Amino acid sequence: MKFRSVFDIIGPVMIGPSSSHTAGAARIGRVARHLFGREPKSITISLYGSFARTYKGHGTDVALIGGVLDYDTFDERIVNALTIAKEKKIKVRFTEEDAITDHPNTARVHLKDDQGELELVGISIGGGKIEVIELNGFALGLSGNSPAILVVHNDRFGAIAGVSNTLAKHEINIGHMNVSRKEKGKEALMTIEVDQNIPQIVLDEVELLPNIIQVAKISD
Amino acid sequence: MFRNVAELVEIAQSKNMPISEIMIEQEMDFRGSTREQVYNQMKNNLEVMEQAVERGINEDVRSHSGLTGGDAVLLQNYMKTGNSLSGHMMLDAVSKAIATNEVNAAMGTICATPTAGSAGVVPGTLFAIREKVKPTEEQMVRYLFTSGAFGFVVANNASISGAAGGCQAEVGSATGMAAAAIVELMGGTPEQSSHAFAIALKNMLGLVCDPVAGLVEVPCVKRNAMGASNALVAADMSLAGITSRIPCDEVIDAMYKIGQTMPSALRETAQGGLAATPTGRELEAKIFGVSLDRK
Repeated sequence: MKFRSVFDIIGPVMIGPSSSHTAGAARIGRVARHLFGREPKSITISLYGSFARTYKGHGTDVALIGGVLDYDTFDERIVNALTIAKEKKIKVRFTEEDAITDHPNTARVHLKDDQGELELVGISIGGGKIEVIELNGFALGLSGNSPAILVVHNDRFGAIAGVSNTLAKHEINIGHMNVSRKEKGKEALMTIEVDQNIPQIVLDEVELLPNIIQVAKISD
Repeated sequence: MFRNVAELVEIAQSKNMPISEIMIEQEMDFRGSTREQVYNQMKNNLEVMEQAVERGINEDVRSHSGLTGGDAVLLQNYMKTGNSLSGHMMLDAVSKAIATNEVNAAMGTICATPTAGSAGVVPGTLFAIREKVKPTEEQMVRYLFTSGAFGFVVANNASISGAAGGCQAEVGSATGMAAAAIVELMGGTPEQSSHAFAIALKNMLGLVCDPVAGLVEVPCVKRNAMGASNALVAADMSLAGITSRIPCDEVIDAMYKIGQTMPSALRETAQGGLAATPTGRELEAKIFGVSLDRK
């Protein structure tokens, strides 16, 4: 089941005008921000399908940037996000792509600063709900049927055990887990699907573990 | 956990509980939360809805594009003349649905039900019925859980996205959700809720998503208005004992299949339907300085 909570249906509380094109867009931007871990110096966003066609009218652009500025769906600053980004001297660029994607509401978000960069592909599946389907070139292959978290970590012994022990301590069962890395001993990514919703305090606890760089919830 | 409306109705019947209660219990189970937490979160959503309605019927709300705004107030004023043909409560529901979507179009704060573009139908009907029925706060919160239970089935078994399934998936779903919730509020059975949902959605099947200039304004605001009136009529029909010949889950499935065969031009791309009319294109060019038809 893609939708698991009644508040996916009655909710979110949000700034209009579109749950998929405004609230969903803000959430995609915000997941990228949380995984990046800081405010970027430059934001490049490629829009596909309905996002590419209608983003201006739906405020998809301001919402995506608002999300990258860490604003929630109901944060009234979203309306002025482009101006705020400009004041913060963040470089913002949008491109409209013609390529046909599997989902009509797809955005590729690229965040960058002097210390690093991140690229994420998110889709907005309706009612403000989103899925992340690609991160830094890794296809995530999530079913979308279970709550899921992404953990960016250093490729060291004990990192995975630390995360799974923390989840176990909170009686959260892992249904599916995938670990990928590009190079031995460098940055790696855990994709974890679980059976229960993961409270924020558990995510905060995971983030404090040794060798854990970033944690983000991508669906609940 | 219920997977379709038939199961939802069956669980409610076997436990002798209203549909809202089944939804509350499932949410508590999913979140690992207390009843109070789940209830209060929904109460908060109810408050957001009420604020949007109040703003829309009292203030001169205008969208940035200038395409929508002020109609909820016009209707409220017209109702005061006492000459309306469709009756006070019907028009109150319509104006409160419009109010919500006008606030939404003006980038105001709303609660998506199930989406922002279809956010007017559920609160519009609820706050109009409030005047007549005087429900308790708990009954109003339950109204949202019942709506949510039906929306939950549609979202998982079909779609609530205009880009995926057209307006039938958004305003169509919202209309069914409201109809089902009205029935419970008025003392109908879970089965009658399912018939109300089916009757309401049947009359929204095939509705395309063709917003002018891609904005959630024209025709979205007025489709919420008609959704609200459709929901009230469908609920009344079901409460009168009229049943849907096609079971609710099959109507939902039909909606899904219609959405899948709908051309992309009619699924929130501003390429077809009203968006592609000469006036639609003209408005678009005026708003953006360029037509979206350039590709």
